[in-house]
Amino acid sequence: MTEATTSHDPSEPARNKRTLFQNLEIDTRLLGMIGAFLLIAIVFNIMTEGRFLTPRNVFNLTIQTVSVAIMATGMVFVIVTRHIDLSVGALLATVSATMAVTQTDLLPTMLGLELGSPLIAPITILFGAIVGTIIGAFHGYLIGYLAIPAFIVTLGGLFVWRNVAWHITSGQTVGPLDPQFVSLGGIDGTLGETGSWVFGALAALFTLYLLFGARRRKVSHGFPVKPIWAEILIAGVALAAILGFVWILNSYDIPDRRLERMFAARGEVMPEGYTAGYGVPLSVLLLIIVAAAMMVVAQRTRLGRYIFAAGGNPEAAALSGINTRLLTVKVFAIVGFLCALSAVVASARLNFHSNDVGTLDELRVIAAAVIGGTALSGGIGTIYGAILGALIMQSLQSGMAMVGVEAPYQNIVVGIVLVLAVFIDIVYRKRTGV
Amino acid sequence: MADTSIDRSVTPLCEMRDMQKAFGGIRAVDHVTVNVYPGEVVGILGHNGAGKSVLMKMLSGAYQRDGGQIFVNGEEVQINNPRDARAYNIETIYQTLALADNLDAASNLFLGRELTTRLGFLDDQSMESETRKIMSRLNPNFRRYSTPVAGLSGGQRQSVAIARAVYFDAKILIMDEPTAALGVEETRMVAELIGELKRQGIGIFLIDHDIHQVKQLCDRASVMKNGRLVGTVNVDEVTEDDLLGMIILGKNPKAEAA
Repeated sequence: MTEATTSHDPSEPARNKRTLFQNLEIDTRLLGMIGAFLLIAIVFNIMTEGRFLTPRNVFNLTIQTVSVAIMATGMVFVIVTRHIDLSVGALLATVSATMAVTQTDLLPTMLGLELGSPLIAPITILFGAIVGTIIGAFHGYLIGYLAIPAFIVTLGGLFVWRNVAWHITSGQTVGPLDPQFVSLGGIDGTLGETGSWVFGALAALFTLYLLFGARRRKVSHGFPVKPIWAEILIAGVALAAILGFVWILNSYDIPDRRLERMFAARGEVMPEGYTAGYGVPLSVLLLIIVAAAMMVVAQRTRLGRYIFAAGGNPEAAALSGINTRLLTVKVFAIVGFLCALSAVVASARLNFHSNDVGTLDELRVIAAAVIGGTALSGGIGTIYGAILGALIMQSLQSGMAMVGVEAPYQNIVVGIVLVLAVFIDIVYRKRTGV
Repeated sequence: MADTSIDRSVTPLCEMRDMQKAFGGIRAVDHVTVNVYPGEVVGILGHNGAGKSVLMKMLSGAYQRDGGQIFVNGEEVQINNPRDARAYNIETIYQTLALADNLDAASNLFLGRELTTRLGFLDDQSMESETRKIMSRLNPNFRRYSTPVAGLSGGQRQSVAIARAVYFDAKILIMDEPTAALGVEETRMVAELIGELKRQGIGIFLIDHDIHQVKQLCDRASVMKNGRLVGTVNVDEVTEDDLLGMIILGKNPKAEAA
């Protein structure tokens, strides 16, 4: 609705023959991106003789995407409001350093929490989130109230926070991190097979609730709705995607030796022939929660509406009584908060904080948002697009690495894909007149 | 269209008294007083840069005045931002239309004043439903409720902008060249609408360049030149040439007669 991607008008009366896509009322750009993603996956799968689409690789691909994808959802808001944030990678590093020092040093020595205490991870994450949000809000204040261009503020921020991170740890690598904290990084914390199925079922039910809730509301207002077969088809595809994803992640078996250690840790002996799948990683769960929350903000809240209005026409937004300066602060505060979440995932995945964590992430995050259809001219962008964009980039890089393409060549390809994606988007928008 | 039934013995619906606004050293609005009575259309005329839009933007809250007073129904009010103006039922239809091109008609109509559900989420269905009601009154041919307004014609966009003012119960309406971007038929539609708003007792400030149109639509005209008020005249009592003389030469026909 608001995300300005609908390319036709379902209430146009003079339409007696509707095409398949018009009946489905799906954003054709979304379909294009999913198509591109599937194409990449299939091509790499052929080139790697089936290794690309193994449960193991899909699992790795998803946990590698999470950190960038979380920040990319926030970058959508920034770019939609005609700003840019070059500091996300550096901000991630500062928060990561802060949290590393907090959990390994501050909390144990100052609060006297024993290493391994269940309180360490929650307090650390809360503290990190506060630090990230405050820094983000400060950027927003400089941009919104002091009218310094976002490009400059965050370029400065890139220098400052990257090196504040270095200062906090005196340039040292800090680790190992708290085990609970590390469980948010990916492979060390998953829902397990049963948990994953429960999660998949809940997600499926929630999706059905949303789809049919929307239809019911439309009917109650007497608005046109799409044919029931179209609703069922969309619901079917959505459910298949959710449950298929869970099934793939559940099919990635935990190695025997690791299972033995897990049993040993509980003082038990592993039964003969026992197997268990990893299931959905906690970090992926976090991404899904962030994505859902950000989509709700974008489409169903005043804040989201004002973000898109201010991006579409800043003057109109201001004349409508919207406080666009405060809005800028809020947008950058959201990004700061998301950088903190990404810092948790990124450092937890490594099991330590290192100086170069998040290096060049700002470019990956911007690229993900832009490949996902966010227009730098403002006013247009989607959360799911940015996540797909992050996934497409990660797939390209992982795929090329598996095929044996050297890193510099990988970057060349990613750069070309970025420009090409934006070009295709421009052509698409011209054609459809959006 | 000038209307003799307007009662100017009552308190004006809105008065801007001795308004001043400077940008740097330039006095954009220099001690200007204008008012409007219920059911009256007051033209605000002048060349580009005469200060018309600045004057009106002080009333709509887009600019803050340097000096002067604003009265609504005889009571002095403080208008410091667009929200204040809206609280006094002062609505503005801007020349640039002030629509967010990437949003649909309903989102624009309710921008800044969204309807929400009990949980505080946007109630898009109710907003669309209300938009359909008001648009069916103002522009019965309007159908494009779910496309961004970027795709609409000038007339359709203008009807969305007008709907916004009408829906929220404007008592005082500022129209900044409402027909500048419109074709003949669409202009006629807007003129009809202004007539209807007059009958409802709404006071309208109409910024306009088209003298012919001013003669048709306005009851009085306040002419500005270089930030100052040249004079306010009853449109019926002056010729188009008189108005042009005021605009171009800053010559008040009454002053000349006296």
